[in-house]
Amino acid sequence: MTELVATTTGLFPLPDWAKSELSDLKGHQKDDLIGGDESEEIEAQYDRAREEAVERQTTAGLDRIVEGQYRWDDMLAHPLAVHDAVETRGIVPGPYSLADLATDEHYGDGLLDAVADFLAGEIEAFPDHETLYVLEPSLVENAPGDGADERASEAVDRIAGATDAEVVVQPFYGALDEKVHAHLLDADVDAIGYDFVTDHEANLYNINEYGTTDSVALGLVDGQNTEVESPETIRERVAWVRENVPAAEFDTVYVAPNAELFYLPTSRFEAKLDALAEATTAAVEEVEA
Amino acid sequence: MTGTREQFRPADHPNDHFVLTTVVGSYPKPKWLNRARDLDQGEVDVTVDGRSHSGAEIDLGFEEAHWQEALDDAARLITDEHERAGVDVVVDGEMRRNEMVEFFAHRIAGYEFHGPVKVWGHNYFDKPSVTDEVAYEEPWLIDEFEFTAGVAERPVKVPITGPYTLANWSFNEYYEDDEQLAYALADLVNQEIEQLVEAGARYIQIDEPALATTPDDHAIVGQCLEKLTAGIPDDVRIGLHVCYGDYSRIYPEVLEFPIDEFDVELCNGDYEQLDIFTDPEFTTDLALGVVDAHVAEVESVEQIKRNIRKGFEIVPPERLTVSPDCGLKLLPREVAYGKMENMVQATREIEAELDRGEITAGKAAPNAD
Repeated sequence: MTELVATTTGLFPLPDWAKSELSDLKGHQKDDLIGGDESEEIEAQYDRAREEAVERQTTAGLDRIVEGQYRWDDMLAHPLAVHDAVETRGIVPGPYSLADLATDEHYGDGLLDAVADFLAGEIEAFPDHETLYVLEPSLVENAPGDGADERASEAVDRIAGATDAEVVVQPFYGALDEKVHAHLLDADVDAIGYDFVTDHEANLYNINEYGTTDSVALGLVDGQNTEVESPETIRERVAWVRENVPAAEFDTVYVAPNAELFYLPTSRFEAKLDALAEATTAAVEEVEA
Repeated sequence: MTGTREQFRPADHPNDHFVLTTVVGSYPKPKWLNRARDLDQGEVDVTVDGRSHSGAEIDLGFEEAHWQEALDDAARLITDEHERAGVDVVVDGEMRRNEMVEFFAHRIAGYEFHGPVKVWGHNYFDKPSVTDEVAYEEPWLIDEFEFTAGVAERPVKVPITGPYTLANWSFNEYYEDDEQLAYALADLVNQEIEQLVEAGARYIQIDEPALATTPDDHAIVGQCLEKLTAGIPDDVRIGLHVCYGDYSRIYPEVLEFPIDEFDVELCNGDYEQLDIFTDPEFTTDLALGVVDAHVAEVESVEQIKRNIRKGFEIVPPERLTVSPDCGLKLLPREVAYGKMENMVQATREIEAELDRGEITAGKAAPNAD
């Protein structure tokens, strides 16, 4: 039987109190972004925000909890900026996206390998985690061409090998080019994620045409719009995907937003967490009834 | 289209040539206005009998009437500051506006606010959500315009955030896509302009910064402009301001837009994109940024004169408007003033040189057209 797991792609909006307090403490300029050497006061604010995030996800009833990635001030590029001080549990930027966003001045063509090495080292140092989400928006937005697509897949494979956890690689803001998708299937990951919010037809095509992993992550909740999907809507979307992929019976379906959530206002973000959790809970009850 | 320009020539204009000077809109707020806003919002800590209280908890004795008086005072002060600098068409520096999308969304039915969202780093704005059909409920800018026109000796320009930007910088929960939302908002902007014109406004500037980041949508912006200018009398000057971006992606398409003037930010990029506008020929009026809105150093009159002359590579003097690159609100106030003052002096000197036939390059040559 397929297990439905409610989770998120991480990257939460800061609680409103922290937005104003941290911007007062840290300033508004680019130079004021996180650098790894901060006052205890700032650290304490992040600790409090992180505790609240865990508590809120527990209250909502999500099946996999993340710490919110509040420290990713500069989005995907953040772990590179604070190499030594980073604390990310269960979510990392993918090597291709991180390399794509980095300024490539020192590494030349070897940048992707260097980034994969760096991430693999980080992941090995992580505390225990059940699932590792690897976020790869650049695989869609700045798709690798011939040859590069294969190397991107190998880089993902490399970091997947650095953990015993279930590994989910999540491309987003659309669907992968079919060749990129085919190569990504060669990586030893447990689930590939599909952004059904931005482009459901192309994602469905990829799955039916090339097959997919034994488990899948379905991006079914819009991480960029304040309209809150009802649990019924989310369940209908899960059912739609399963009906339209007749050849596959999934081990686990991760039910999640399509992308990062930190551009949402806090109240809408929380409502989406509640809806996700309720959708998978109610679905299990339906199956059992 | 040059027919709307001459109405802005001051009665005491010193030169035969008239190169219109104006600004894009926003201006640094006086520090005391920000303090007054904190009082109005209760965002101050006060100590009473040795105990600290948040201003939200106790009565600060600061009434709504005090806040309105502060806004009026600031608008009067900054309008006067533009006139002292000698600018031909002035604004109030947008003293009453907090932000260029929020301000309008608060006045349009169909919008809701759910709290601040991240822009980048630790910068946030109250990005609104469209949750219902948008509708015109109350005037947006009539009070602002009437007050400014009442205190100004010079003609007043009204900057309005364009419907494309209003749509793109909102969450869209209701319309099929952002394009449909933009068209619905364009109809509301049209209603607002009609009322502004009735109140006496003759110079409207549509700000579309979002087009700079998504230039492929120029046809949507063009359609919005068709809607928002429908039925507006010909003597009303309509400008379009698009901030720094890759202008080659929207030129020459902008020439098809129903506008009198296209306002560009080129000083910031050292006029590297100037050539884009020479082929095909620029057929509308050009509003050229001649001082940089992002550099806190006042350009010399000589430097600004060199920048103005760049404009003559695109249009003749009678079709050139001179302004800063963009709104000046991020600059220190004395720098903002210095830039306007030098910009006006440089323009008047250029006009005198044109009168004497001393500028013969490009389209400034007496028989160029």
